[in-house]
Amino acid sequence: MSVQTWLERHAQTLVGSLGRLSQQPVATLMTVTVIGIALALPLLLGVFLNNARTATAQWNQTFDMSVYMDKKATPSRTQALAKELRSRPDVAAVRVITAAEGLAQFRSASGFGNALDALEENPLPDALVVTPAPAASTPEGMAALEAAIRTEADVQSVQADTEWGKRVQAILGVLRRIVWLTGALLALGVLLVIGNTIRLDILNRRSEIEVMKLVGATDGFARRPFLYTGIWYGLGGGLVAILPVEIAVLLLAAPVARLAGAYGSQFRFLGLGVAEGGMLLAGALALGWVGSWLAATRHIRGIDPS
Amino acid sequence: MIRFDQVHKRYTNGREALAGVSFTIADGEMAFLTGHSGAGKSSILKLIALIERPTRGQVFIGNQNTASIKASGIPQFRRHLGVVFQDHKLLHDRPISDNVALPLIIAGVPKREIDKRVRAALDQVGLLSKEQGLPLELSAGEQQRVGIARAIVGKPKLLIADEPTGNLDPDLALEIMQLFKRFNDVGVTVVIATHDVHLIDRVGARRIGLADGRVAPPAAA
Repeated sequence: MSVQTWLERHAQTLVGSLGRLSQQPVATLMTVTVIGIALALPLLLGVFLNNARTATAQWNQTFDMSVYMDKKATPSRTQALAKELRSRPDVAAVRVITAAEGLAQFRSASGFGNALDALEENPLPDALVVTPAPAASTPEGMAALEAAIRTEADVQSVQADTEWGKRVQAILGVLRRIVWLTGALLALGVLLVIGNTIRLDILNRRSEIEVMKLVGATDGFARRPFLYTGIWYGLGGGLVAILPVEIAVLLLAAPVARLAGAYGSQFRFLGLGVAEGGMLLAGALALGWVGSWLAATRHIRGIDPS
Repeated sequence: MIRFDQVHKRYTNGREALAGVSFTIADGEMAFLTGHSGAGKSSILKLIALIERPTRGQVFIGNQNTASIKASGIPQFRRHLGVVFQDHKLLHDRPISDNVALPLIIAGVPKREIDKRVRAALDQVGLLSKEQGLPLELSAGEQQRVGIARAIVGKPKLLIADEPTGNLDPDLALEIMQLFKRFNDVGVTVVIATHDVHLIDRVGARRIGLADGRVAPPAAA
C-alpha cells in the first residue's frame, strides 16, 4: 500500500468515525459529557492548587523578620548590624526602629499611653525589620537567614513566622498528592467508560466486522474505526472538561482580585494556559486511544465469521 | 485448484459434518456441491474459506496445504478468494458502491483504481446505474448481484457461493447461475453449493453429490 493510499484510508476513517458519532448525537454527547466531567474534577483541583501555590509564594515575601537587639547594644552597634545585614544576598531590605521610635509607635497604636508614662525608662530595645530577598523567601531560606542572624552579637531574639509557611507548604503537598490520586482514579474511570462504549459499539456492528473479516480484513483493519472513535471521545471529553474550569475562573477572578487587594497583593486567579490546555487535550486523546485499543483488540479478536 | 483428501470435520457439539471427503476441482472448472441440508455442502465451503479447519485430512487450495496457513495469514488468503452468501451479507448503512469496494479498501488499493474496478464489477452484474443507492432499495435478486460484484471485484481465481439462489424465484435464480457461468467462462474456478438440481441441469456443469458427509455416487445424489 502506498503512503498516499495509507493516508487516504486514515483520513477516511477519521472523518467516517466522526460522521458515525454525529448520527447519534444524544448518545455521543452523553458519553463525551461523562468523560468531560471525570476529567474536569482533577483539573479544577489542579487549577485551584496552582493558584494557591502562587498566592502563598507571594505571601512569603511579606514575612518580614523582627530582630530585637539586646538592651545593652549601642545605637551605633544597631546601625552596624543593619548595614551588615543589608549586604547579605538573601536580604532585600532592613529597616531600623530605634527604641524611642518603637515606644512612640506602641503609644499611638496600643492606647496604653498613660500606662507607659508611668514607666521610668523605655522598656523597648532597638529593633530591625528584615525583609528577605524573594529568592530566600522559602521556608528553608527563611530558616537559614534566621539562624544566621541569631548568631550575631547583641541580638536578643529573632521572630519569624517560618513555621506557618512550612505548614502551608506541607498542606499544599498533601493536596497535590490528592489531586494526582484523584486524577489517576478518574483517568481509570475514563478508560473504562470509553472501553465499555467501544465494546457496545463493536457488539452492535458485529455482523459488519464478520463481513469485513470474510473479505480479508485483518483485526487491525477492523479495529481502526473504533480507535478513531475512541480518539474523538477523548478529545470531546477534554474540550468538555475545559468548560467548567474556565467558567470557575471567570466567576472567581473578580472576588479573588478583591480579596488579594484587601491584603495589598497583586495576585490574580489564573485558569488554564495554552500549554496546559494542550496537554489536557493530548492526555484526553491518549486516554481515548488506549481505552478503545484495549476494548477493540479484545472484542474484535473474538469475532469470527461462521 | 481445490483438493480435498480424506477430510473429516466434527464440530465441537459432536456433529460429524464430513466423514472422509475426497475430491478434486481443476483450475478453471465449475462445480456444484449438491445434497440435502446437513449433507456437508456448507462445511466444505467453510473449509475452503478457512472459516473452519478440518478435524482430519487435508485441504489444498491452489497447491497450498491450508494447514500451513496460520491465523495471521487468513486475511491475506481470503483476499484471493471471492465468497457469495445466501443472505448476501451486505452492509446496509452504506451505498452499493461502498459495499462492492470493501475488499479493495481492505487490500489497500488506491482510490482511483477502486472507483474504476467497482464500476467494472457493477457493470458485469448489470447494476451500474444503482451505484449510489442503498442495498435495501434493491430487490432480492439485485442484492445478490451486489454480493457477487463484491466477490469478484478483487479478481479472484476462485469464487465460492453458498446457496446463492436460495431466496430467489426460478427465473432470477437462473439469471444468477448464468452470471456465475460467465465468470467461469473467463477462467475463474467456481464452486457453488445448492440443493436446486433442476437449475444445475439447465446451467450444465460438474456436480459433486454429498450425502451424510460423504461424496455420493452420481446415481444416489
